[in-house]
Amino acid sequence: MKLRRSMLFLPGANAAMLSTAFVFKPDSIMFDLEDAVSLREKDAARLLVFHALQNPVYRDIETVVRINPLNTPFGLADLEAVVRAGVDIVRLPKTDSAADVHELEAEVERIEKACGREVGSTKLMAAIESASGVVNALSIATSSQRMIGIALAGFDYVMDMQTERGDGTELFYARCAVLHAARVAGIDAFDVVYSDVNDEEGFLKEVELIKKLGFNGKSLINPRQIELLHNAYAPTEEDVDYAHRVVAAAEKAEREGLGVVALNGKMIDAPIVNHAKRVLQKAQASGVRK
Amino acid sequence: MNQQLQATLASEPGLKGLEPFSHFAQHNPYLKDPAEKASRKVVASLEEAIRRAGLTNGMTISFHHAFREGDKTINNVVQVLADMGFRNLTLASSSLLNCNAPLIEHIKNGVIGKIYTSGMRGKLAEAISNGLMEHPVQIHSHGGRVKLIQSGELKIDVAFLGVSACDEFGNANGVSGKSRCGALGYAKVDAHFARKVVLLTEELVEFPNTPASISQDQVDYIVKVDQVGDPSKISVGAARVTSNPRELLIARYAADVIEHGGYFRDGFSLQTGSGASSTAATRFLEQRMRRKNIKASFALGGITGGIVDLFRKGLIGTLVDTQSFDADAAESLRESPRHIEISTNEYANPGSKAAYCDRVDVVILSALEIDLDFNVNVITGSDGVMRGASGGHCDVAAAANLSIIVAPLIRSRIPTVVKHVTTVVTPGECVGVLVTDHGIAVNPRRPEVAERLKAAGLPVFSIEELYARCQAITGEPAPIEFLDKIVGVIRYRDGSVIDVVRQVKP
Repeated sequence: MKLRRSMLFLPGANAAMLSTAFVFKPDSIMFDLEDAVSLREKDAARLLVFHALQNPVYRDIETVVRINPLNTPFGLADLEAVVRAGVDIVRLPKTDSAADVHELEAEVERIEKACGREVGSTKLMAAIESASGVVNALSIATSSQRMIGIALAGFDYVMDMQTERGDGTELFYARCAVLHAARVAGIDAFDVVYSDVNDEEGFLKEVELIKKLGFNGKSLINPRQIELLHNAYAPTEEDVDYAHRVVAAAEKAEREGLGVVALNGKMIDAPIVNHAKRVLQKAQASGVRK
Repeated sequence: MNQQLQATLASEPGLKGLEPFSHFAQHNPYLKDPAEKASRKVVASLEEAIRRAGLTNGMTISFHHAFREGDKTINNVVQVLADMGFRNLTLASSSLLNCNAPLIEHIKNGVIGKIYTSGMRGKLAEAISNGLMEHPVQIHSHGGRVKLIQSGELKIDVAFLGVSACDEFGNANGVSGKSRCGALGYAKVDAHFARKVVLLTEELVEFPNTPASISQDQVDYIVKVDQVGDPSKISVGAARVTSNPRELLIARYAADVIEHGGYFRDGFSLQTGSGASSTAATRFLEQRMRRKNIKASFALGGITGGIVDLFRKGLIGTLVDTQSFDADAAESLRESPRHIEISTNEYANPGSKAAYCDRVDVVILSALEIDLDFNVNVITGSDGVMRGASGGHCDVAAAANLSIIVAPLIRSRIPTVVKHVTTVVTPGECVGVLVTDHGIAVNPRRPEVAERLKAAGLPVFSIEELYARCQAITGEPAPIEFLDKIVGVIRYRDGSVIDVVRQVKP
């Protein structure tokens, strides 16, 4: 059960950021080769990310690379480089249908075989940035065994919907659709970036909303948002106490060979035990909420 | 009466040599003239003040640097001295900054022969590091400066002290008038020790001007000038406020170290030095103090807006201020009775009868370099050029119960953790914890602190591990090449020499 609350975006061409970003300890780091890299820097960014992925400092952190779409001159070259460099997850931008994922998966498998990497070890995630993507969210989410998550990307989506970013009403359907698709597929769901990095209050309000909806986490564009996000997702001390009791009761029941777990006279079923384990995992990762 | 008394004094062996009274103004002639009585210290020009103070070639002049990058006094006074033809003066400024680049000319033309300062930056520092001066610069700490004065090595002949306002008798402070710099901790020392004291003031205010940081009985002459300093430039450079995520990360770790280091209890005391991360750490302290219901008894410094904020929220009982780092601090000093001003003698002089720094539990300090023995360099940069200040670094590191050094592990491509620092300013035996963006290292001399931080789940490494991390990312930098000539002498706070700085190879 990998914790994925924070996915920090890093422009692939920014060598200074690449050399330090891991110190902020997001759950995952996403090197961007797509929109955050200008046309003239595509090759430089690919090389930098290729080397960063192999540097020991990134050994302890989950790495994601957003490649250029495969129908651009850069997409395949990006994929060749990052799969060979050992990236954990490839993020496909502008995913409209399951066919996009299948196309990507075939290329990944080919490269894995070519370079001697274990087939299936490169995981995938899809960014959903259009009305079609939202409507096809379920088939995208279930398109491959390699899929670990789907992410809503708000900017292109609201353009496609002929609206603009506002209080969240404009994303309501898309958020719910993406989230449901992810849960059906048993994978993670990531919310959009919050671009006003100086508006902590607005950021936290949005985090509160997506946490309540059930998102695993959020894409982030500034390291300053990591701690805020982790803290907002951290359980309270009471949550942790209760989770400890639930897990202890479940372990006791298992030891005693009891099929039914009870705590304070109330029956506890498997989802509650799993939830308790997730609570403890979050507490382990960043303590209790402050 | 006089003749009879004179005869008596002459005939009584025990009274021989005593002066008989003549008239009430014999020794105070200005008392005869009400106008002169009030305004006798106010002179028309700086030149006149300099002449009346009896300054001659080879003497020592002093300044304070409370206006930091906004200072207008040092350069202006030295220019006037140059115009008057003075030569071979010793300049003893409590510190020198980027704004003091015009002094280069006055070193070249022989007006300034020697320098005592806490530090220097910019073009001046670069020129001196390249061998501009015949005599090496004496670099002292803030507390050490007072010690050098007390010991007689540094004898101030004339102190030129810029103040925002004073009255006709010279009662002055940094909280009245227009250009308020706040605390006059450095100036108070010079006013006390200098043979002659010249105040340069922007405004002459109604008598008596209170509170009198500098008192009328310390002041010889007063000159009204257009501008002594621009307070808006106090909080630039080393005293800036940051939104840099790396500096904020370090600041948060530093707050964690304070929380779990063993001294975070009700009534604890703290100091945050200059430097972005150090200043920012106060922001992260508030919630930790509230959560554990802890209030600090006092904060010492180097007072910043961040510290003032905690003070105004009731989380710090008293602010003890020797230098105000921004307008918030100056304003708080003006309006709050629990925000007190102290001299640098009271702040950190190891020779004072009691220094406030001896009562500090936790201090956060910066570093340009720190080595495997935890020695800290805050003077020379990676090119060997002097570009920093000793400040109160070694003073408070020596006195506080726990000294926390904050620094990014790597600045651009320059490693901060090195095998041997280029210049030792603070000895490693005074350093408790190093906090970097990559993790925390605890001095092996403080195993109990390491245990506490590990127990709290903080990312604690050995300093060797952090050094290895530096090496892995930056590689081993080529050694800096120096010539033999000594350009700077680093004085420890007790007056001893802890290191020397040599001229960089061009």
